[in-house]
Amino acid sequence: MQIDLRTVTIKPLRHTFDHIARYLGTDKPVSRYLEGSIGIQPKDIFHYRPTWEPEREIFDEGRTKIRMKDWDALKDPRQFYYGAYTSARARQQDTAEANFDFVESRGLVEALPEEVRQAAIALLVPLRHLAWGANMNNAAVCAYAYAAMAAQAAIYQSMDQLGIAQYLTRIGLLLGDVEALSAGKQAWMNDPAWQPLRRYVEDSFVVKDPFELHTVQNLVLDGLLYPLVYDTIVDQVFAARGGAAIAMLTQFMTQWSAETRKWVDATLKAIVTESAENRSIVQDWVDAWLPRAKEALLPVSAIAVSEQAPALLDEVMEGFAQRLAKIGLSA
Amino acid sequence: MDMQVAKKKLGLKEKYQVMTRDLDWTPTYQKMEDIYPYVHYEGIKIHDWDRWEDPFRLTMDAYWKYQAEKEKKLYAIIDAYAQNNGHLNVTDARYINTVKLFLTGVSPLEYMAHRGFAHVGRAFPGLGPRVACLMQSLDEMRHLQTQVHAISNYNKYYNGFHDFRQWYDRVWYLSVPKSFFDDAITAGPFEFMVAIGFSFEYVLTNLLFVPFVSGAAYNGDMGTMAYGFSAQSDEARHMTLGLEVIKFILEQDPDNLPIVQRWIDKWTWRGYRVLTLVAMMMDYMLPKRTMSWKEAWEIYFEENGGALFRDLSRYGIRMPKCAETIALEKDHLSHQAWCTFYNYTAATAFHTWIPTEDEMQWLSAKYPESFDKYYRPRWDFWREQAAKGNRFYNTTLPMLCQTCQVPMLFTEPGDPTKICYRETDYEGMKYHFCSDHCKEIFEHEPEKYVQAWLPVHQIYQGNCFPEGTDPTAEGFDPLKAVLQWYNIVHGRDNLDFEGSEDQRNFAAWRAQATRNV
Repeated sequence: MQIDLRTVTIKPLRHTFDHIARYLGTDKPVSRYLEGSIGIQPKDIFHYRPTWEPEREIFDEGRTKIRMKDWDALKDPRQFYYGAYTSARARQQDTAEANFDFVESRGLVEALPEEVRQAAIALLVPLRHLAWGANMNNAAVCAYAYAAMAAQAAIYQSMDQLGIAQYLTRIGLLLGDVEALSAGKQAWMNDPAWQPLRRYVEDSFVVKDPFELHTVQNLVLDGLLYPLVYDTIVDQVFAARGGAAIAMLTQFMTQWSAETRKWVDATLKAIVTESAENRSIVQDWVDAWLPRAKEALLPVSAIAVSEQAPALLDEVMEGFAQRLAKIGLSA
Repeated sequence: MDMQVAKKKLGLKEKYQVMTRDLDWTPTYQKMEDIYPYVHYEGIKIHDWDRWEDPFRLTMDAYWKYQAEKEKKLYAIIDAYAQNNGHLNVTDARYINTVKLFLTGVSPLEYMAHRGFAHVGRAFPGLGPRVACLMQSLDEMRHLQTQVHAISNYNKYYNGFHDFRQWYDRVWYLSVPKSFFDDAITAGPFEFMVAIGFSFEYVLTNLLFVPFVSGAAYNGDMGTMAYGFSAQSDEARHMTLGLEVIKFILEQDPDNLPIVQRWIDKWTWRGYRVLTLVAMMMDYMLPKRTMSWKEAWEIYFEENGGALFRDLSRYGIRMPKCAETIALEKDHLSHQAWCTFYNYTAATAFHTWIPTEDEMQWLSAKYPESFDKYYRPRWDFWREQAAKGNRFYNTTLPMLCQTCQVPMLFTEPGDPTKICYRETDYEGMKYHFCSDHCKEIFEHEPEKYVQAWLPVHQIYQGNCFPEGTDPTAEGFDPLKAVLQWYNIVHGRDNLDFEGSEDQRNFAAWRAQATRNV
């Protein structure tokens, strides 16, 4: 039962702001997500051009090859505005903290088979640099994408990746020590197994089109990496070898990737269903970057699962191809 | 169980180091200048990004936890305030006009800050400043959204809020804050940091944000107070970032000093001109005053800012040179601004009014040097005229300053009876300014400031009428057409508070809440 404590009931003059009512075609109350996102980014009457990019306006549709009649169509199915976003992450952070505590307090790291511990360090620790690169790429998506819908989700994604880099650092410290972190960085910089992946990331740093960057980083690379490393190698292979404790430490990443995938897919689906031109542009991006991502992830997964790597990667690729098909793209 | 070698215990600083600073690497497959193309053209020299001292050491897990807690509390208050019709508890319905000014003139800047900090965060090759900037970018999204969500409830019951996004782009006086932020975001990344991180967040925030928040507290507006105070805890981080940026840049190379000093001079003045709107808000729009604009300037700029600039003098930084001009204006700024808005309130999305006798006494006491001599006579005259049915609404258009875009309403430094005009020629055209400082800013970068979208010029060029308007038609009313294009509803959003729909509704609703009618 709900008791209405209001002493007076007054009739509102209107239910939402005009720019939202114009967008929806009706004046009705909207969710906090929509109220804080629709039409928030200025679209015209900019006073000066950027001195850092004088051929463009401050916010400029021309920064991407993608064309959209309505940029607010790139909605986030999670409906993340800042409050909803931080509240979701704080809950996941609680779980992650409890998992770290559990593993530490029960001495589960010491109980890990040495070979699994070493494999986990070798595989996971260099990935903190990769997550850092993803933080940077999503910062660029936020800065240069058009409209608040896409830009706000990108800053959430960016800071999530910083969080992941920090979880991976903690895992490195827990499974190894500060030396494990320096060894991981050495491997990232010099070990031949990591070089194709580092090259992929550095090449993505110079991609200017924000939606190409979104495709390259959030769809293609993360679309293979997370299922391969976390869902397959950690959750299945390591667990089967007595390393279930590691899966507890990476639970944040597993859940996070399942959740953010919904946003990535929804935005790209909205883009490719807009027009055949958009579809072919995104398909070109996928065609250019997907083989590189596969090639880069093969030697990396071999670090942990050696000759099993090609089969596991094929399995992940199958799932990814299905995912692409649902978006309206092909592998 | 195997013996584990005891692990090294990491101190807080070392821990933050591995959690953040150590994540970066020097790329080898792409060139640094291709990855970070925007860090050199301003002439700032950075030799060692690792010398950056992190002003706060906040990892993401802690960030999520603290911020979620703050959001939960804040939205509980916002919900309760809306549920209980908290707006009926404000001192006086005139107060609500300050909230209109805030939503239309300040909140959209929060969004610009969000995008601006994402841009500079991406642009800096140094990991420390990048993390701090990106965290601020995320915070600014919070500020925008909590403000929109809190003020949404006012929009349901009062005029002057309903099209704030469009007004920010189109309306003449809102081009002042808009062009200010557009100026910052189109500058290079280092100038942006000095403009927004230092000059705005560090030096001027107490004169912008705090007056609105304490004004809300004094006038019973729990909603505004709640998001204001909640945002202040983020601001503390933003301020330390702003200060660290200045110190870092200055410590890196002596050649940076003259560039930074010029930016501080420029942005203190640019920010101060935006604060014109705050000055009139403090002295005229808050039914229950907190302090006068002049007092606020003396405490927050002259005293606190003075201490700051003395502290920075070891780097060779001196007080911004506009401080002297501002000191001469402090007795006049708010009065000249409110007089102007009283004249032009047919074209504003908030109401104006003549101060009551009580309020004029307060103004006399706070401004003994200027109010009775220069401004009271104007109000007395306008009051007399209004009583006779001659309320004068100025429907012509004022000339705007090419740089700050404020109408030319300011007087000569030291002579409050003479309007200050400056002009300069550039590529065969004449440009007009409100002050020596705005003129100097223009002359340093004329190719930038000639681009300004000046609302008055645009109206004269016919760019501010609804599509299909024929300005040559008989009986064409330009003001009416402009208001339509703005979507300011004549008779509801604009004109005097006295007799407004807001005034009538508030009185009727408050009566419902307090009496048995």
